Amino acid sequence: MTYTAEKPDPAESSEQLRARIPGWGVDLDPKDRPSFPREQLIEDRTGAHWDFPERQAGGERRERSIEHGMLPPVFGTVAPLHGVSGVLRRLAYRKYSEAHTLHWLLLVAGDRVDSLGSSVTSVLRGKPDNPLTETGILIEPRAHGLSSRLGRNRVDVKHQWMDPLIVGTPWVLRAGVVYLAVRGLRRGR
Amino acid sequence: MQAMVYRGPYRIRVEEKDIPRIEHPNDAIIRVTLAAICGSDLHLYHGMLPDTRVGTTFGHEFIGVVHEVGSSVQNLKVGDRVMVPFNIFCGTCFYCARGLYSNCHNVNPNATAVGAIYGYSHTAGGYDGGQAEYVRVPFADVGPALIPDWMADEDAVLLTDATATGYFGAQLGDIAEGDTVVVFGAGPVGLSAALSSWLMGAGRVIVIDHLDYRLEKARTMAHAETCNFGEYDDIVVHLKRLTDHLGADVAIDAAGAEADGGFLQHISSSKLKLQGGSPVAVNWAIDSVRKGGTVSIMGAYGPLFSQVKLGDAVNKGLTLRMNQCPVKRQWPRLFEHVKNGYIRPSDMVTHRIPLEHIAEGYHMFSAKLDGCIKPLIVPSAS
Ligand SMILES: NC(=O)c1ccc[n+]([C@@H]2O[C@H](COP(=O)([O-])OP(=O)(O)OC[C@H]3O[C@@H](n4cnc5c(N)ncnc54)[C@H](O)[C@@H]3O)[C@@H](O)[C@H]2O)c1
Ligand SMILES: [Zn+2]
Ligand SMILES: [Zn+2]
Repeated sequence: MTYTAEKPDPAESSEQLRARIPGWGVDLDPKDRPSFPREQLIEDRTGAHWDFPERQAGGERRERSIEHGMLPPVFGTVAPLHGVSGVLRRLAYRKYSEAHTLHWLLLVAGDRVDSLGSSVTSVLRGKPDNPLTETGILIEPRAHGLSSRLGRNRVDVKHQWMDPLIVGTPWVLRAGVVYLAVRGLRRGR
Repeated sequence: MQAMVYRGPYRIRVEEKDIPRIEHPNDAIIRVTLAAICGSDLHLYHGMLPDTRVGTTFGHEFIGVVHEVGSSVQNLKVGDRVMVPFNIFCGTCFYCARGLYSNCHNVNPNATAVGAIYGYSHTAGGYDGGQAEYVRVPFADVGPALIPDWMADEDAVLLTDATATGYFGAQLGDIAEGDTVVVFGAGPVGLSAALSSWLMGAGRVIVIDHLDYRLEKARTMAHAETCNFGEYDDIVVHLKRLTDHLGADVAIDAAGAEADGGFLQHISSSKLKLQGGSPVAVNWAIDSVRKGGTVSIMGAYGPLFSQVKLGDAVNKGLTLRMNQCPVKRQWPRLFEHVKNGYIRPSDMVTHRIPLEHIAEGYHMFSAKLDGCIKPLIVPSAS
């Protein structure tokens, strides 16, 4: 009992559990648990044959956290910085550490600009975004959208009415911006 | 090649991309034969992680065949069937040398607080992921492992993240014989954590969610007791009642940044992105565990602040433990458990979706439709 010294008796003994659940207790000894102890120098380098890896080429313009002492030897090269979103993101990296909220807020702003800008360029490139296929909602009838949600004690049903607004409003705004941008570009020509 | 491409929050499509090239002598290019969508991908999909760039391909759970290797690769050859941990890591930095592969310092320029993860935004290094026909795998001599002959593909792909993470989460709980463990979230990570808790000698395992079909899985697959938190005014009080008002010895958060059950917390994080993640499940864990107990956090959160109840954690003398899972560290022991049939990862697979229809897969998994627990992605070439 909680208000006295003993721990409450378990409903099932270890023997009962071992009989009921395949593998019960095989990792009872912490030494058998792969993440124990948490930190110790280990011999196994899981296949690495270097002390410090060779450096990947092409890192000259690569943005990095100012908490790093140098550019790490290996990095991702997807979607390099470009355009207005690139300016915002580069500012976030150059100026503010990860400890600084502005670092993250600038990156979030960059994300929104990136996604808006790419809607415009995708129209110009003849591959416009398609709300029906890109949101995946066409699967609703096949995935039993209504019966999956209703009458099932799901707490998310309380706010799912917002989802069309949260997903839909940006589509409407984007469509407006794309229309204005494309019209502006046509006139400019 | 065909690849899933991010266009913005709630918008993805399949595009033609160039097959990735070798960019470093220890790179390999893998032809993906099977991939999966993870609960973590949903946080990206909903636009919750800063610096998620348009054009990025997601996917950090995948297996495949080696298509090309860089000049310094010794341990893999073209044609090998491999499983790839979701962490990208070098094997020799301060952290890797101590087995903390998920915290590698040599692979992510964009952040020092995050290791590198395939297809998980620039905040996690700016790499493309495996929801595509081909993917670049850095440090090919270090991360990937050959898929053992006896292992099924659907088990192998889940061992690259979800199952390994659940197993790791149970370990961070420091479970002792007879302990009561409560797991928040009955997704693939929570189900794996619940099942793993028994292997470490738990005396009682209780799984919490609001999705009955997932709780059903927790009972059948993970032998757990379950509670639907939607049925209780206050799940913390209910858990206290269930545990003689002591509380659980260990609580595991397997819900993460979009935890539901607190309207304002959920809306302010998942929908409005005003905090790094909804702290509902973490706070329930803190409040329902007993004094002196351990909270293991497997849920993923964004880098902005969240309203976590630190005061309760301090006053209760709790141990809070958390990390991204260092996947490869789990494998030798976890493979034995799979071989012995103690853990059957593929039991959680509910859907197999062709890569062309991945947008529908994301929507279904995100909205939790059609009994979805774990959707796999099958590239057209495979
Ligand atoms: N640390 C790591 O290495 C690591 C690895 C993989 C996944 N993750 C994270 O683990 C979490 C779970 O992943 P998953 O693939 O199982 O996702 P999932 O979306 O399939 O499952 C999450 C479950 O949590 C439930 N849930 C929501 N709010 C809850 C609450 N307040 N209490 C209890 N349950 C609640 C949901 O209904 C859902 O069933 C995610 O946040 C994911 O990002 C972390
Ligand atoms: Zn994951
Ligand atoms: Zn490292």
